Amino acid sequence: MDDAIIEFRNFSFRYDSQAEKTLYDINLKIRKGEKVLICGPSGCGKSTLSHCMNGLIPASYPGEASGDLIIGGKSFLDHTIFSLSRITGTVLQDSDGQFIGLTVGEDIAFALENDNTPLSEMKEKVMRAARRVGVEKFLSHAPHELSGGQKQRVSLAGVMVDDVSLFLFDEPLANLDPATGKTTIELIDQIQKTTDAAVVIIEHRIEDVLHRPVDRIVLMNDGRIAADMSPDELLSSPLLKECGIREPLYVTALKYAGVSVNADMHPGLIDTLTLSEADIERVRSWYENTLLPPEKEKGEVILEAENIAFHYDNGHEALKDVSLKVRKGEMISIVGRNGAGKSTFSKIICGFLKPQKGMLYLSGEDLSRLSIKERAERIGYVMQNPNQMLTKPMIRDEVALGLRLRGKLSEEEILKKTDEVLRICSLYEMRSWPVSALSYGQKKRVTIASILAMDPEIVILDEPTAGQDFRRYTEIMEFLRGLNSLGVTIILITHDMHLMLEYTRRAVVFTDGTVIADSDCEDILTSDTLTEKASLKRTSLSDLAELCALDGNGFVRRFIEHDRRVRA
Amino acid sequence: MNGIFNYIDRKSPIHELTGATKLIVLILWSLAAMTTFDTRFLACLPVVALVLFFISGIRFSDVKFLLWFTFVFMVLNNVLIFIFSPEHGVSIYGTRTVLLEGVGRWTVTAEQLFYHLNVVLKYLATIPLVILFVSTTDPSEFASSLNRIGISYKAAYSVSLALRYIPDIQREFGEIMVSQQARGLEMASRKQSLVKRLTNASAMLFPLIISSMDRIEVIANAMELRGFGKNRKRTWYSSRPFRAADFAACGFSVLLMAVSLALNFVNGGRYFNPFI
Repeated sequence: MDDAIIEFRNFSFRYDSQAEKTLYDINLKIRKGEKVLICGPSGCGKSTLSHCMNGLIPASYPGEASGDLIIGGKSFLDHTIFSLSRITGTVLQDSDGQFIGLTVGEDIAFALENDNTPLSEMKEKVMRAARRVGVEKFLSHAPHELSGGQKQRVSLAGVMVDDVSLFLFDEPLANLDPATGKTTIELIDQIQKTTDAAVVIIEHRIEDVLHRPVDRIVLMNDGRIAADMSPDELLSSPLLKECGIREPLYVTALKYAGVSVNADMHPGLIDTLTLSEADIERVRSWYENTLLPPEKEKGEVILEAENIAFHYDNGHEALKDVSLKVRKGEMISIVGRNGAGKSTFSKIICGFLKPQKGMLYLSGEDLSRLSIKERAERIGYVMQNPNQMLTKPMIRDEVALGLRLRGKLSEEEILKKTDEVLRICSLYEMRSWPVSALSYGQKKRVTIASILAMDPEIVILDEPTAGQDFRRYTEIMEFLRGLNSLGVTIILITHDMHLMLEYTRRAVVFTDGTVIADSDCEDILTSDTLTEKASLKRTSLSDLAELCALDGNGFVRRFIEHDRRVRA
Repeated sequence: MNGIFNYIDRKSPIHELTGATKLIVLILWSLAAMTTFDTRFLACLPVVALVLFFISGIRFSDVKFLLWFTFVFMVLNNVLIFIFSPEHGVSIYGTRTVLLEGVGRWTVTAEQLFYHLNVVLKYLATIPLVILFVSTTDPSEFASSLNRIGISYKAAYSVSLALRYIPDIQREFGEIMVSQQARGLEMASRKQSLVKRLTNASAMLFPLIISSMDRIEVIANAMELRGFGKNRKRTWYSSRPFRAADFAACGFSVLLMAVSLALNFVNGGRYFNPFI
């Protein structure tokens, strides 16, 4: 087996800055031409594993290793990060942060420049790489003129110029909308087929990666390899669930229906899944026996937007004639691709931007007369990145900040209110911790707490679960659901279809500054035209429903209902 | 775009010169203008600069802000010179021709006015060229130009990185500001004292610094993973070969420098003295 590009043998690793090992006894071989998915919950060691493959360990993150790691026939100790960059081409998660050049062409050329490639040869290689990923028309564009998917393509071209033998993708889907994520997976597949390089994808969204086949899935948990098997085998086992990773929805649905999933059914891809007559019958009877809860009574309208239009100073029309009603106690999703106007709309609600046309009412009151500060007392806005919101070193001060600035309550009342909110958010025990000691998910809770302290009638959250694994996703979303049941109206801006499907009843779809749909999430996700326009993706549940000759919409609804009961 | 380098993309012979050439011309030109106070020479430079401006296709309206800024600065500079040393011209040129008896020590002399003329000419000689440089040099080419004139590529690249990330950081700052305002932090309100406003603004630096640190880690890793720092030299995608025009322009600026130095000998000092 000398075609192995990377081989870990009883490899363990501990960071200098940590007391415990991060990787234990790793045995893993990646061969030429293979496509391997590495998944695992946050903190399982999958990023550490990738740092070992591209040389960031030990170059940027020193530590102590034992066992062997052979890369390209040489021990990793004999490599430098530079010699490794010839073998492993890494596409990082943050496609914006890793964009180094001022233009696309320069960014693709970066590795070549560092290799002293003569100009004419460099131009030719850049052009070739750009063509392969389809960005040749944008060579002189600056990064901010590109979409997330285009930036990722540029990063890919930037490592392709080097003829590497292993492509390493670190969470390639993290910042992309579902439709772009799908094209990314297709592109990776195509690159892998046309080169004899190996591809390693690190990602916890298994279902999305499995849009195209992979040879193996390596499941990591607590620094060890928990499974290294084919997708068919892994999806038939309970291992994913045990490690806190979300299974593909169709697999979960089959399990709910009492079908025993085994490797012979080829559950690795929805396209290869085969169901026996008996299995289909099981799914159908589950469908008939799952009852839907009665519709909730509708509350009164709390927020109303009427014919809102907005254009930026540069003439870009971000919103054209948007009308929308949100009822008290609702939890709704606003979805749509980047630049569709979702964020602009939320900024208009909060008063950061002033619409050129249209009216906004909050409980019947004209919002245009209220300042940003006055609106903030009634509408809370939680940004995607908690690091952008946290300004105080201590948690309690952070949560009290808004109330102190408001200046209406005495310090004693503020502390009482703050502690109450901290309790609701399960942060009370940590109230005197420094913010820096918190995990990302906890920071997120602090930002939500600091908004809740202001007692808003509506809370708007921008991508509340971006970059979170399933466990934290569930934690954040269950928390929000709890808040919602206390009567807080919640508006979520999101790309995440699972989130919109599982936690919200109704979704509003924005496309090019207009609302193209405002209806039940199931209706939207089972409509091909709507999903395409909104850069969403048809859920695999619809495919399964089709396979069993059931109504997709009703199937999805029953699945969500069943899922809710199982998890509660 | 980002306020520091307002590159204006037009077709002109000046745009076609390489960034390195323009940098060399700028440096030599400025040195030449700085070393001498020969009024005849200084008077020629603005004329040549104007011609270059015309050739470049950059209109004054494009660079209005910079021009105003320099003009205000120039006036301020002259006023301050007159306030603090009204007899400076007299001490340089050795004669004292009173034009207007003033109050106290502030008497207007021909020598002082002539000295002011020189100061103004220096502004007029150098500033247009600086403006011309920033508006005709593609930011992409800037780092490679610095590298070409002998600055280490690592230092040169940091300039390029700053240009790349300043817009991102500005955008981030905007977002942080908005989120703080939503929590009741008043930014530009006249109701508050300056100190209060400054404290509010500094509260926003905390998240900005944290996120910038994260950003730096990502960039540093991304650069290293693609071999930055591997060799002692590197090539540049955006660099262009020297052409005849580049050599001519460099030659011209060397000539300017030579004339400027020669004038120091001819005049027997830095000043040209019409009063003797």
